[in-house]
Amino acid sequence: MSKLVNLTEAIQSYVHDGDTVYAAGFTHLIPFAAGHEIIRQGRKDLTLARATPDLIYDLMVAAGCARKVIFSYSGNPGVGSLKWLREGIQNGTLEWEEYSHFGMISRLQAGASGLPFMPMRQTGAVDLERVNPQYRRVKDPYGGDDIIVVPALNPDVAIVHVQRADSEGNAHIWGILGEQREAAFAAKHVILTAEEIVDESVIRSDPNRTLIPAMIVDAVCHVPFCAHPSYTQGYYDRDNEFYLAWEEISKDEASVKAYLDEWVFGVRDRAEYWQKLGAETHRRLHVGERLSTPVNYGSFTDE
Amino acid sequence: MSEAAYNATELMIINAARLLQDGDQVFVGVGIPNLACNLARRTHAPHLQMIYEAGVIGAQPERLPLSIGDPTLVSGALAVCSMFEIFSFYLQRGNIDVGFLGGAQIDQFGNINATVIGDYFHPKVRLPGSGGSMEIAAWANRCYIITPHQKRRFPARVDFHTSIGFLEGGDARAKTGVRGAGPQAVVTNLCILKPNEQGELILAALHPGCTFEEVQANTGWQLKQAPHVEVTPAPTQEELRILREELDPQRIYI
Repeated sequence: MSKLVNLTEAIQSYVHDGDTVYAAGFTHLIPFAAGHEIIRQGRKDLTLARATPDLIYDLMVAAGCARKVIFSYSGNPGVGSLKWLREGIQNGTLEWEEYSHFGMISRLQAGASGLPFMPMRQTGAVDLERVNPQYRRVKDPYGGDDIIVVPALNPDVAIVHVQRADSEGNAHIWGILGEQREAAFAAKHVILTAEEIVDESVIRSDPNRTLIPAMIVDAVCHVPFCAHPSYTQGYYDRDNEFYLAWEEISKDEASVKAYLDEWVFGVRDRAEYWQKLGAETHRRLHVGERLSTPVNYGSFTDE
Repeated sequence: MSEAAYNATELMIINAARLLQDGDQVFVGVGIPNLACNLARRTHAPHLQMIYEAGVIGAQPERLPLSIGDPTLVSGALAVCSMFEIFSFYLQRGNIDVGFLGGAQIDQFGNINATVIGDYFHPKVRLPGSGGSMEIAAWANRCYIITPHQKRRFPARVDFHTSIGFLEGGDARAKTGVRGAGPQAVVTNLCILKPNEQGELILAALHPGCTFEEVQANTGWQLKQAPHVEVTPAPTQEELRILREELDPQRIYI
């Protein structure tokens, strides 16, 4: 059964005030279009969880959607800091909960596996344990050193962008995999956004590439260029210029408001946003072809 | 100096590259560590393998990667895996030889703060936080720290242990049971610091033209010196050529 809906409807149905949202993607496949739609719909009091909050959460915090962030690295990758997160924490206006990358994704791994917690070896760096009581120590029941555990994270909704999916939500992903799969399996609901909607036969032609199965997906949205200014491997490049420009855009309330008015509230959807970026940006983000060698899965018919 | 003039960043990259061994499996970040690895691969360590926390193994980037998850890291790589796998199968399991670390503060025992200046709950300056560094510092066989040498970056004690070196020294690190040997060198624009038997960072080598006094003036504790402080060989024309012409021709990092 097709789960195709537009992104507006998907956000209306599955993202509610007060929810814990995990917009997945480590640098790659970050679903910015969904972040913009959540802002357009005026969601409030969200708990925003991501290993790297990145520009998507800095913008959502700036737009007033968030009560709390859960993260493991709150920088602008390769550029500097995320101003709204940093100041929200410094000024005490934003709640936060902090992990290392491994702690954060171990929480998702536990959530995705139906476990209450996930064990990790000690790192000797006890300060984070001291300030975040969600980190606990347990005795190794088999007699080794004490181990660290972190509790399962089961977000109300995960938003996961993929290269291609069928209309039911079976999805192919390639390139950097980050925590896409763990976030999807951990969440109570999954909104899938895809560069392309393909026939089920395309998915079946390469089942090893199907990282997210339809059974856990609630909504499938066809959203080309959803990840800009992050990227989709093989579709368009990361817009490093925008990541640099964020320093200036995010510098104060007025410049954020101007950005939101023009690029979030000023456009209807991602298609309009992408057109508005213009031919020069499209050209700059174009990627060439580097195809993989096909594999033979084998045919087992009588002929 | 004119025929082999170099800047502080080039000096740090070249000295970091020289610490890497052929065949090392290196957990690498973008910027200076990435350049150091690529330089080592093009000089003395052609079999060095670059592994990125984003889950990329054996990257051979066609262009200078500008973020830890740059798509150029994936095209032509040997393998790509999830973040959970990179931190568990590769790092926690003990398959990583070298980790690179950086941070706002590095103390006398190689502990690093990348989390907060001041009190954690009422921060004076909030920094990005651990990312992968808490585990890299604990579980990579050896770690290197690359940082400009400024007094504010080298306090006697860090405000927050984001990742550990030798804690308060002695057998404190060993007692935690972490598998890695900890920081083996700190490469700055002035010198190379290395841990002594107590895990205290001491002056091991000066870069050409730098003095102990200069290093001490930029270090927040009474710095000890190795019995024989060496002078690092100046960057060679070939090292500089590879860096400038092949690795970072647009001078983004250098």
